Amino acid sequence: MTTELPVLTAKDFASDQELRWCPRCGDYSILAQFKKLLPTLGIPQENFVVVSGIGCSSRFPYYVDTYGFHSIHGRAPAIATGIKGVRPDLQVWVITGDGDGLSIGGNHLMHAIRRNINLKIILFNNQIYGLTKGQYSPTSPVGKRTKSTPMGSIDNPLSPLSVAIGSEATFVARSVDVDTKHLTSILERAAHHQGTAFIEVYQDCNVFNSGAFYYASKKGVKENNIVYLEHGKPLIYGADRDKGIRVSEGNRPEVVELGNGISEDDLLFHDEQTPEPSLAFMLARMRHPEFPEPLGVFRSVDRPVYDLALDQQVTEAIEQKGPGDLDTLFSSGDTWTVE
Amino acid sequence: MATTEVAPPDGKRTEERDSIVIRFCGDSGDGMQLAGTQMTNVSAVFGNDVSTLPDFPAEIRAPAGSLAGVSGFQLHFSSNDIHTPGDEVDTLVAMNPAALKTNIADLKRGGMLIVNADSFAKGDLKKAGYETNPLDDDDLLAPYDLHKVDMSRLTRDSVEGLGLSPREADRCKNFFALGLIYWLYERDATPTRNWVTQKFAKKPEIAEANLKALQGGQNYGSSTGSFRVHYRVPAAQLAPGRYRKMTGNEALAIGLVTAAKLANRPLYYAGYPITPASDILHELSRLKHFGVRTFQAEDEIAAMSSAVGAAFAGELAITASSGPGICLKGEAMGLGVITELPMVIIDVQRGGPSTGLPTKTEQSDLMLAMFGRNGESPLPIVAAATPGDCFWMAQEAMRIAVEFMTPVILLSDGYIANGAEPWQIPDVADLKPIVFNHPTEANSEDGYQPYLRDDRLVRPWAKVGTPGLMHRIGGLEKSDVTGNVDYDPDNHEHMSHVRAQKVANVAQSIPEQDVFGVPEGDVLVVSWGGTFGAVRQAVKKLNEDGRSVGHAHLKYLNPFPRNLADVLGRFKTVLVAELNLGQLVQLIRSRFLIDTQQYNKIQGKPFRVGELIEAIEAVL
Repeated sequence: MTTELPVLTAKDFASDQELRWCPRCGDYSILAQFKKLLPTLGIPQENFVVVSGIGCSSRFPYYVDTYGFHSIHGRAPAIATGIKGVRPDLQVWVITGDGDGLSIGGNHLMHAIRRNINLKIILFNNQIYGLTKGQYSPTSPVGKRTKSTPMGSIDNPLSPLSVAIGSEATFVARSVDVDTKHLTSILERAAHHQGTAFIEVYQDCNVFNSGAFYYASKKGVKENNIVYLEHGKPLIYGADRDKGIRVSEGNRPEVVELGNGISEDDLLFHDEQTPEPSLAFMLARMRHPEFPEPLGVFRSVDRPVYDLALDQQVTEAIEQKGPGDLDTLFSSGDTWTVE
Repeated sequence: MATTEVAPPDGKRTEERDSIVIRFCGDSGDGMQLAGTQMTNVSAVFGNDVSTLPDFPAEIRAPAGSLAGVSGFQLHFSSNDIHTPGDEVDTLVAMNPAALKTNIADLKRGGMLIVNADSFAKGDLKKAGYETNPLDDDDLLAPYDLHKVDMSRLTRDSVEGLGLSPREADRCKNFFALGLIYWLYERDATPTRNWVTQKFAKKPEIAEANLKALQGGQNYGSSTGSFRVHYRVPAAQLAPGRYRKMTGNEALAIGLVTAAKLANRPLYYAGYPITPASDILHELSRLKHFGVRTFQAEDEIAAMSSAVGAAFAGELAITASSGPGICLKGEAMGLGVITELPMVIIDVQRGGPSTGLPTKTEQSDLMLAMFGRNGESPLPIVAAATPGDCFWMAQEAMRIAVEFMTPVILLSDGYIANGAEPWQIPDVADLKPIVFNHPTEANSEDGYQPYLRDDRLVRPWAKVGTPGLMHRIGGLEKSDVTGNVDYDPDNHEHMSHVRAQKVANVAQSIPEQDVFGVPEGDVLVVSWGGTFGAVRQAVKKLNEDGRSVGHAHLKYLNPFPRNLADVLGRFKTVLVAELNLGQLVQLIRSRFLIDTQQYNKIQGKPFRVGELIEAIEAVL
């Protein structure tokens, strides 16, 4: 196709709907970066689809002027799979949250990822059920006091990225709602990935779980608590960039101070393309406060894409058998004639 | 039954019969479904009318020789127009004591009983709970024409020299039994021989063994002194045309593909394996060259949800399941209702509740189809009457879905799903394509309004990817016309009425209810779904006896045909016959405020014609 696309801006992707998130919700920032990204991708506006489930984050499709589907709790990956099943040419984004994606919809998320359907899944992780007014979620830490856990949560939390990697994800990344430049770059990488791209975004629910991610988002604090992943580069972090991650014996990550005989070459070098997922998995297990938490692309590898393979099988079947003919179909097997 | 002597082809006498009901029964691993299917096939190809009742356990291999592991296949083949697999069995082939024990009660007095005498050793008897050998019990078997055949030994003799292990040789005994039956009913084995050759093309030694066993059975019939007569059932006087054998599940798959092909569109089918609906997924996954995209989802919820997604994208979307799966689909079906997207949901009903009777038939999901979703969630419901009718109702369900922008439930059941009958092959040129359009431009000055309705209250179906028609829909209540989220009380009431009225409007696009038999009079028997054949046969018989009985078989259950009140009012008594505890009868009573009688059975089995006649006579 050589038709020239009209030049669009973030404004063109704003819908006419009034935004109904709480003031200062982290969702606003994610929406803003998303709307900024879409016009840069060279895809006609009508070929974007945004699908969501239920929850605060799932209101997202109403606020973007694309085709959009605000569906039912947890089912967005399955609905998006149906869309891609008939229209592999569309770019489909799935917006979900920690409750929607990992609790009620955990099964759909896992299977969409392992099939490697060409979906871009953004999971807004705020470690709380916001829309139902503050119950603990599958990512809330043990001991978390909420309306449904007055004595503290006794549920062990899930790590969204561990789930994604365990589900054989081909693209896994993490960013933070207010880290706008980083978030945009991650969304862009996801948009260009062939296959399921899974992005966890730390998102602040300032009403029911305020400050849950301050350690990773506040200037002056975060520098010592996060480490940016860059392909082929060592894991260095800290306000003075004087700390790093080394792999110790037994393949365990270890925080080290640079200097005193430890140089950059001794550190762990990130490789997002290694076929074996154990490095990505190890990085996904690094939790605050024991470790700095990695942000960036954990894993980006190639594997056949489900929706393209589905289309391919149809094409192959037509090549092998010719386009389906009803007369032939009706008459298959033994037939007989009554005079 | 007419008995006419005709010329003996092999020195043995031939008698003519107008109908035969035969049942093959044995262990789940004995290949009885295969034997029954082959006998059905050759009888259909010969020109008989056929109707079948496969009956098998839910377990793939229950303990060998046990009562629970018995699998049966009943075939009614006839020179008349028949509608049921038959009430009583004329010829019973029992491969082991367990099969004899569980099936002998259905064999008519004087009927032919053929047993594999080799499988009546002490151990086999014990597993079936026989203390002594029933074949030695003259009182027990006196009413029947017993033929003890050493099938295992004779089969081994037939395949001797092919180098098969005794176990492999034993597995051919269903073909030996089939051969004997082919001899007994003068069947031409050619279609079966071709099938065996094709099926075992990669294992020629197994193909040869099965063919030898088949021939062995035929030879045994003509040479043994035990069988002195064979029988001929002449071809039926079916309407002129070309025919093939068709099961309900095959017909559903072919019907769906036909609807898509005539509309020149791909078909999206999402399913999760479940008895007795899985065959639809199997059939469709072989038809990718028709543009069929099949998706075996991670669960029933995902299957339904992905169908909603495909419909939103603008394509023909289908899902199918049975009761337990339909329960799980209810949530996403509701999403289909509120977003007003077209899709077909097939429920191949089985015994319930819960896992219930996976391989047995029942009609107990009608209320689930009507009301099994939260909120006021109406959708059209249609039901197929026979295996062949599934072909037509699949297309009809699809037509209603896209014409009215609504999910449609198509009810089938285990009986017609697995049952087979001759199917007259339609001329493609005579088939009516489903017509639907996607808008290409905005439908108002304010841009595209997804819920701006036509005079039947139907909204437009914009295909995702169409420039300028970007819009958002979802499961929240929406404002009419714009589709924007709207919690206004009056709007919700308005939308609830609109959705209900739109479904009610379907009545204007479906045929009026017809009545078979007397058009008005004493008793109207009302039925729906797979009970069609048995009820029709019963009413026919009563009409022949001069009784004032009519039959209204409903294929449209929501909305009802627009003249149904009038039809019901033409009879003194209305009797609703269903394989449940009374569901349609409740809908009819509450809708039309009339007194009704009901006749119900819930044994996992279809109606017998005889019991229906008794039930109708009881209210006459």
